[in-house]
Amino acid sequence: MNILSRRAVLRGTGALVLSFSLTPAAWTQGAGAKLPGSLGKNPSLDAWIRIDADGKITAFTGKAELGQGIRTALTQVVAEELEVPFEQVSLVTADTSRTVDEGYTAGSHSVQDSGTALRNAAAQVREILIAEAARRLKALPGQLHADTGAVIGPNSARVTYAELVSSNLLHAEAQPTSKLKDPTFFKVIDKPIQRVDIPGKVTGGAAYVQDIRLPGMLHARVVRPPSAGAKLASLDVSNIEKMTGVVKVIRDGNFLAVVAYREFQAIQAMRALSRVARWSESASLPSHLPAFLLGLPSQDFVILDQHAAAAQPALKTLEATYTRPYLSHGSVGPSCAVAHLTEGVMTIWTHTQGVYPDRRAISEMLGMSPDKVHCIHVEGSGCYGHNGADDAAADAALIASSMPDQPIRVQWMREQEHGWEPHGPAMVAKARASLDSAGHIVDWDYGVWSNTHTMRPGPAGSLLAAQHMEKAFPVPEPEPIPQPEGGGDRNALPLYVLPNAKVTHHFLRQMPVRVSALRSLGAHMNVFAIESFMDELAVAGGLDPVVFRLAHLEDSRARDVVTAAADEFHWSARATPAGGHGYGFGFARYKNLAAYCAVVMQVHVDRDTGRIRVLRVAAAVDTGQVINPDGVRNQIEGGILQSLSWAMFEGVTFDSTRITSIDWSTYPILRFGSVPESLTVRIIDRPGTPFLGCGEAAQGPATAALANAVANATGKRIRDLPLNAARIKAL
Amino acid sequence: MIELRVNGQSHNVSADPDTPLLYVLRDELQLNAAKFGCGLGQCGSCTVLVDGAPTLSCVTPIMLLEGRQITTVEGLGTREEPGPMQRAFIEEQSAQCGYCIPGMMMRAQALLQRNPRATDAEIRAYLEPNLCRCGTHMRILRAVKRAASMMTGPDASPTTRTPVPASTEVGTSEIDSDAQRDRRHSEKRERPER
Repeated sequence: MNILSRRAVLRGTGALVLSFSLTPAAWTQGAGAKLPGSLGKNPSLDAWIRIDADGKITAFTGKAELGQGIRTALTQVVAEELEVPFEQVSLVTADTSRTVDEGYTAGSHSVQDSGTALRNAAAQVREILIAEAARRLKALPGQLHADTGAVIGPNSARVTYAELVSSNLLHAEAQPTSKLKDPTFFKVIDKPIQRVDIPGKVTGGAAYVQDIRLPGMLHARVVRPPSAGAKLASLDVSNIEKMTGVVKVIRDGNFLAVVAYREFQAIQAMRALSRVARWSESASLPSHLPAFLLGLPSQDFVILDQHAAAAQPALKTLEATYTRPYLSHGSVGPSCAVAHLTEGVMTIWTHTQGVYPDRRAISEMLGMSPDKVHCIHVEGSGCYGHNGADDAAADAALIASSMPDQPIRVQWMREQEHGWEPHGPAMVAKARASLDSAGHIVDWDYGVWSNTHTMRPGPAGSLLAAQHMEKAFPVPEPEPIPQPEGGGDRNALPLYVLPNAKVTHHFLRQMPVRVSALRSLGAHMNVFAIESFMDELAVAGGLDPVVFRLAHLEDSRARDVVTAAADEFHWSARATPAGGHGYGFGFARYKNLAAYCAVVMQVHVDRDTGRIRVLRVAAAVDTGQVINPDGVRNQIEGGILQSLSWAMFEGVTFDSTRITSIDWSTYPILRFGSVPESLTVRIIDRPGTPFLGCGEAAQGPATAALANAVANATGKRIRDLPLNAARIKAL
Repeated sequence: MIELRVNGQSHNVSADPDTPLLYVLRDELQLNAAKFGCGLGQCGSCTVLVDGAPTLSCVTPIMLLEGRQITTVEGLGTREEPGPMQRAFIEEQSAQCGYCIPGMMMRAQALLQRNPRATDAEIRAYLEPNLCRCGTHMRILRAVKRAASMMTGPDASPTTRTPVPASTEVGTSEIDSDAQRDRRHSEKRERPER
């Protein structure tokens, strides 16, 4: 039992929450009793929902708000099942002293896992309250119902939740099944409730970890090596220490940092320190990237190998190779963290996607017991995967560990975020397939070459500070993420019905560039490749791309999404491609087990300037039961635009030694001039079905639709990302 | 000491004169809205108005700003009484992570103060320097259009004013008078953007 001290809680958030069990081991589950969503991670209902004696309702999630809107969506779920007004529920997010360990906020899992857990917990809490009211009113539970924070009984008897809760009422074990509300009666779920965080964010409220100001807080900046693996050869800090405002220069092996009273003083000292530091570097970065990747030793996993007699013989065979460069997460706000070591406890405010894994990694790095490290999630700039967040947290913690009682704020600079974040892996995919005389695919062979898509903490060695310090921790061995979710092979299995198909994941252990999770992992590349190839096959068979897809799709929800997107776009009424105009389609079910999404696009391509103008975009999405339709729309719109940015502009650059895309001029992204003229999203609601999540559903289909539209417009296929001006002009 | 005039209030600032305005706003004046994005003038997250003109506060030393009118998002209204630009962003739900949004709002504010009837194309072109990574662009454009119609709509024009709820009217008229004042400033003293 981990009883929080009042002090620790106050230090964390300024609000007092009474203790509750954080020890799942205290519970044993009956065999086969699988609890919904993340409930199994801690089956105590009061780990998820608390009602105070004054009626205040607090819900707890181990997931973090990353700008995707889950603070609002998860609150909606709780309010609905608890039968209380939305405004009455406050939500505590990822905090190692307060919330359940739900791992990372990643993989479009938040609503699926935490939303499902909270929905079931809220429904079970409601039923406990009704049962307690029945006992007090000497009525049968069936005669009672919950309404607006109270239980209503016969003769309008009304007992409020506040009156019903006693100290241990909700300290009950969750059950595998819940009495969930019938979607017909939803008042809060499936409503476009406004995001709770937006008013603060547009009026200058303290909304981000960057906005934390603790009394006596000092500003730190890290000086990173000029390249990965560089060793500090010589350093004279005497002049730096004399600079105005400098409190301390920290050197720990290859880890260098400055601490100053004021932020700009820290920046000036960082620059000066950077100038005097001498490093020895080695040339370790590859050239001719796709060929280099294909030449690396690989560990091969055959993830699909099915054979059936084809109805018709193969008539035409196509082969194609597709590539993607390394991509930056490119958060607009570079990573930041605040750490404070006091009374033997290290508190870290961080925009990490995983407070518990971060705590494990940082405690290992510092040689502290994990229960002496407290990680509190505070929003940062959008991360889209594993960016510099965890590393900034480690930087702040390492500096703060040598400066007890002084809160330390570390803010990464732009070039540090671009240069040191773990990038989305470069990938290669090769596809070969044959068509019969009717235009059906009779065989399919697909291989994808990729590094791992997760190097998250975990072990301390995944943190830059831990790699750089004197007592350096080794970089952990990369591991593939197994199917069915997959990493580099995420969505490498086509959803299409193929009688003969082989799919191989060529897992590359050697990582010349630091990599980790970028929104949708390998799905972006695999969907781009598969959906491009489907278009090439459709063209070869003389078939309409949508008709061709439908001819190979059996899943009725997939068919509905494809049809809805085509309808939303008026696909069948589109003009013949001419004058640089073209039309493209892309579809996938994310991970083959989450949201279905199809994207359709009209582009204009100017081959003289190399410019692509995206004119019109329509999308359709089925994300199961919708919690917040505007939230879904926002995620799909954003996913499409970000994916267009990746597809048209982006690629990490490097010479033989250093990353050279280190700011927005060397790593250009989409600007307003390249934003589509119109974008509509049609949601196919599936009331009563499981939540599927939607944060990553559009990444693959949008890039694929663009590539297909450009091919349609120009009559020529670009198979290498990005589809930038140079490649268009070279067509 | 340098005297800075921010959102209509004077502040004596002890930071070095070559300190970029952004750090003074955030660290000394504890104003959260302007954000550190690049420190290089490439992304627009730190955009504020100086005498009505959009200015990248991360590369503008305070020594250049004495006697100038600095406006940040905090000067457009409050959570309780949001100004038209803020209301528009809330009503259109124009944020995902929201980190770039204050810079977007200030740049759009500068445009609409000069030209409240800006066309879609003019809005897009004007916002070109500002980066959004979440892909919220479509919503940002909608919010700026909505803000423009609030600023030019019936409740903004004294001759055609229709009754509106008191709270809305207070917010609107305050901001309009700010906007008019800023417009006068910018007409008087147009300066190139940094």
